[in-house]
Amino acid sequence: MAIRFPSDEWIKELSRQLNASESYERSAKDWEGDFVFIVEPDASYPDTAYLFLGLYHGKSPDAMMIANKDEREAAFVIAAPFSTWRQVIEGKLDPIQGMMTKQLKLSGDMMKVMRYPKAAKEIVSCCALVPTDFGD
Amino acid sequence: MWYFVSPQIVFGAGALDALDELSGRRALIITDETLVELGLVDRVKAHLTQAGIESHIFAAVEPDPSVDTVRRGVQAAQDVAPDWIVGLGGGSPMDAAKAIWVLYERPDLEPAAINPFIPLNLRQKARLITIPTTSGTGAEVTWAIVLTDTDEQRKMGLGNRENVADIAIIDPEMAAGMPPRLTADTGLDALTHAVEGHTCAWHTDITDGLCVSAARLILSYLPRAVADGSDMEARERLHNAATCAGLGFGNAMASMAHAMGHVLGAVFHVHHGRAVALFLPYTIEFAAREAPQRFAELANLLGCSTAAGEEGARALATCLRDLYRQIGNPTSVAEEGVAREAYEAQVDKLVDDAFNDTQMITAARAPSFDELRQLFLYAYEGRPVDF
Repeated sequence: MAIRFPSDEWIKELSRQLNASESYERSAKDWEGDFVFIVEPDASYPDTAYLFLGLYHGKSPDAMMIANKDEREAAFVIAAPFSTWRQVIEGKLDPIQGMMTKQLKLSGDMMKVMRYPKAAKEIVSCCALVPTDFGD
Repeated sequence: MWYFVSPQIVFGAGALDALDELSGRRALIITDETLVELGLVDRVKAHLTQAGIESHIFAAVEPDPSVDTVRRGVQAAQDVAPDWIVGLGGGSPMDAAKAIWVLYERPDLEPAAINPFIPLNLRQKARLITIPTTSGTGAEVTWAIVLTDTDEQRKMGLGNRENVADIAIIDPEMAAGMPPRLTADTGLDALTHAVEGHTCAWHTDITDGLCVSAARLILSYLPRAVADGSDMEARERLHNAATCAGLGFGNAMASMAHAMGHVLGAVFHVHHGRAVALFLPYTIEFAAREAPQRFAELANLLGCSTAAGEEGARALATCLRDLYRQIGNPTSVAEEGVAREAYEAQVDKLVDDAFNDTQMITAARAPSFDELRQLFLYAYEGRPVDF
């Protein structure tokens, strides 16, 4: 059954997919830095949502939907409207290109992210493995 | 949404005369010792003098410039306080010039912080001119900066759209003295830019034509320029082709052959153009099984094949290897002279570092770790890719 995006269940399923991915584990073996994804309102989604994804040494030890971006400390915050996140999850927008064109706004050490392009790609691949309901 | 950035481009025989029309007080020429000895720096200085601009020279740029070299160049810029910075040479001096310019303008930044995500607000103190003396890197028109972290034996891909040059001067006379080997290696660098710019996941309608045009010119004129360096028609068309390829891939992206070539160059000190070109046919064959369309289309456009799909894509790889043999370039890592034992000892590092190269993300077919390892091993042996 498809899981609604954004939701606590969705981010937990992404975390589970990452923990099952050998390719992600190897590509992010030295990675340290948690993320908060902010889903901003647009014509397709009226609310603001905050998704926390813990990432440490190729694993995702923790993930949850949170009430605001300060509820959990994170090294990286990425904000974008709902429809832009949808494009990323569906593989229609490369997240690096999205950041370069400011469609995705990243706060944090951007060069650190750029040093792990394979890991970024693996996260997107894992997103595609989550059966997602966008509320259409 | 995407961007296309370019300097003003002055090209053709006599293009260096454009320097005579500049306004300014002081210029800092970033270059290397060889170009000083060859008299090319004096030619640029003469034009700047004609424009009433005082020239200073920083000629300490080495191949694969290091962060330390860039820091010394920034100090030179701070001492001279130029209003023009001139990057004169191949990719290394031009990349160093871009980095020196950025850090002269923004002394608050570390070199590693030059990235596409922040506003730099350049052009407060100086502007940048690039003058290539090789026909290959396209660095005269791209905003990419490659520096070497000598401690980690790793190349750092830096850059920001703002740090593209203001003016690029594409004068074939400046490349006329290149020896055959350098002509071949740099020409193949440009060809790899053209092919990867056309076939990578980030290719665009705006850049496709530039890449095809560049590839056509290189296939036609590179053998002539290698065979006879005094063939100025071939030199000029090749010089233009390298700039077209630079505009093409610089506004799209390079891809897997660059990621693999970068790490081979960093670890075994193989010339950049030779390294990236060497891997290109293997990456095409790897993509051919699952994503052949763009490669087959390019093979058709270049007259390599009329076949579609995997057959067309593989024909492009064959076409490239034929060119390499014609101009005396290696088609395998073994032919390049890298020792098998040393290569195999480093292959895991090559795989990990290639995956962490930003060019890898645009691969038409994304490899797994095992597939990339196999690709490196096939490229060593010269075995056509069959997986």
